[in-house]
Amino acid sequence: MRLVVDLNRCQGYAQCAFLAPEVFAMHGEEALLYHPQADEAHREKLAQAAAACPVQAILVDAVDAPAEAVSDER
Amino acid sequence: MSGDGSLEWLRREGRIVVVGASLAGLRAAETLREKGFAGSLTMIGDEPYEPYDRPPLSKQVLLGVATADGTALPRRRALDATWRLGVAATGLDMAAGRVRLADGDEVPYDRLLIATGVRARPWPRPEEAELDGVFVLRTRDDSTALARRLAEGPKRVFVIGAGFTGSEIASACRERGLAVTVAERAAAPLVGALGGVVGAVAAELQREHGVDLRCGVMVTALEGDAAGRVRAAHLSDGATIETDVVVVSLGATRNTEWLAGSGLGAGPRGIACDAGCRAFDIRGIVTDDIYVAGDVARSPHPLFGYQFLSLEHWGNAVSQAEIAAHNMLSESADRIPHMWVPAFWSSQFGVNIKSVGVPSMGTEIVVAQGSLTDRRFVGVYGYQGRVIGAVAFDHARWLPFYQELIETTAPFPPPFPMVDRRPDGQRPMDADFPDPSVPTHGPTVTLSGYSPADRRMTFTPAH
Repeated sequence: MRLVVDLNRCQGYAQCAFLAPEVFAMHGEEALLYHPQADEAHREKLAQAAAACPVQAILVDAVDAPAEAVSDER
Repeated sequence: MSGDGSLEWLRREGRIVVVGASLAGLRAAETLREKGFAGSLTMIGDEPYEPYDRPPLSKQVLLGVATADGTALPRRRALDATWRLGVAATGLDMAAGRVRLADGDEVPYDRLLIATGVRARPWPRPEEAELDGVFVLRTRDDSTALARRLAEGPKRVFVIGAGFTGSEIASACRERGLAVTVAERAAAPLVGALGGVVGAVAAELQREHGVDLRCGVMVTALEGDAAGRVRAAHLSDGATIETDVVVVSLGATRNTEWLAGSGLGAGPRGIACDAGCRAFDIRGIVTDDIYVAGDVARSPHPLFGYQFLSLEHWGNAVSQAEIAAHNMLSESADRIPHMWVPAFWSSQFGVNIKSVGVPSMGTEIVVAQGSLTDRRFVGVYGYQGRVIGAVAFDHARWLPFYQELIETTAPFPPPFPMVDRRPDGQRPMDADFPDPSVPTHGPTVTLSGYSPADRRMTFTPAH
């Protein structure tokens, strides 16, 4: 699953690092370091982390497969 | 266009072409579909990859916690687009409404969005730039190649340019235990964007983390060995740095060359557009069918004296893309202006650096909270008696407050009794931005253009 965090919005509340430590970690006192591609096994935790973010900075894929992503049709 | 049904036709069966398949292009395309655009959508990108996120390329990827091929951007919705990836746009015929591609194809449009962004400014001497071990960092391929080389454990990494990207690269290298030398032409890191007062703090941070930081020097030559591998860098102060990896981090160049001769107002500073994201042609007349968003755009901002701002910021790309998409599908009375307050972040040497407003417009700075010596502070920038920008080192939660001061053109220095303020910051001081006539790789915000109240020349580095 692809994800991105809007780090302008992120205020380092660290709820995500608590709920999905496999995906999110604090780096220093308030910077967030995250895996841009989460393992399928962490889908549920990731959803919880995204929902719990006080500033709603976490965007998770709404489209499951990148099926349409790369094609070269004319 | 109003009332003649052409907009309804466009929404139902028009053709929208997006040139540039990165963050701005993707978010614009999603917004078009969200707003009910049911016509054909074509996404053109010169890289052969689906849209990916660039900030991790100088952070997570270099630290080894993510790979460069794993930074694809999440999708907000299905796009139902035709993707033309790995093929660059090479020309624009405004009269015929067609985009020419590198493979000879032409793609017709009813509305065009240009989001071609920027590319890394290469090392100026091609024969030195081509040495094995000399890198730039902008794309997924750049990041893959650099991360692979860092994983091999080079003896020393030499970073040219201590802007945000260069500093982040140095930080990641130190975290991996690699020896790093950074050469910066200015007096300190980050001075183009944040000025010398904050730059001095950034310099201390680097040195404390073991970076061999050389400021006030230029790199005069890169030297290769017989096998064509880089082996040393020569500096203007006579020093020679032995190194096996060189990262050239000299800012970015706008991808506008493909528009040369098209009649669009595009050049080295970007593509001029109005606050509604509509591109100007070279006559200064705004177009109705060509829109611009992201790093390549240059648009007037009411909060900053209607200066034309070029912002190489993640949040700007998202915001401007959404507004361009909205306006493409709207009658003129329903269009909205792009008035996003500039904001960016950087994470380096364990410190979270965030900024709002336009610090580089500031002439003075006051440390409103915390202290420079603790490396935890908010610096507030003043310009002509008003608050124009703010930067936080590990103090990010306060920034929305300062953003409001910027939005309301609050007086500078801020009159409120500041909490948590130490003696070293009580008086405004010169923010110490470098002389704009001295060449530099430049800040991530550039000011140009003209307004009735404030007409000025800005130096644009040649490239």
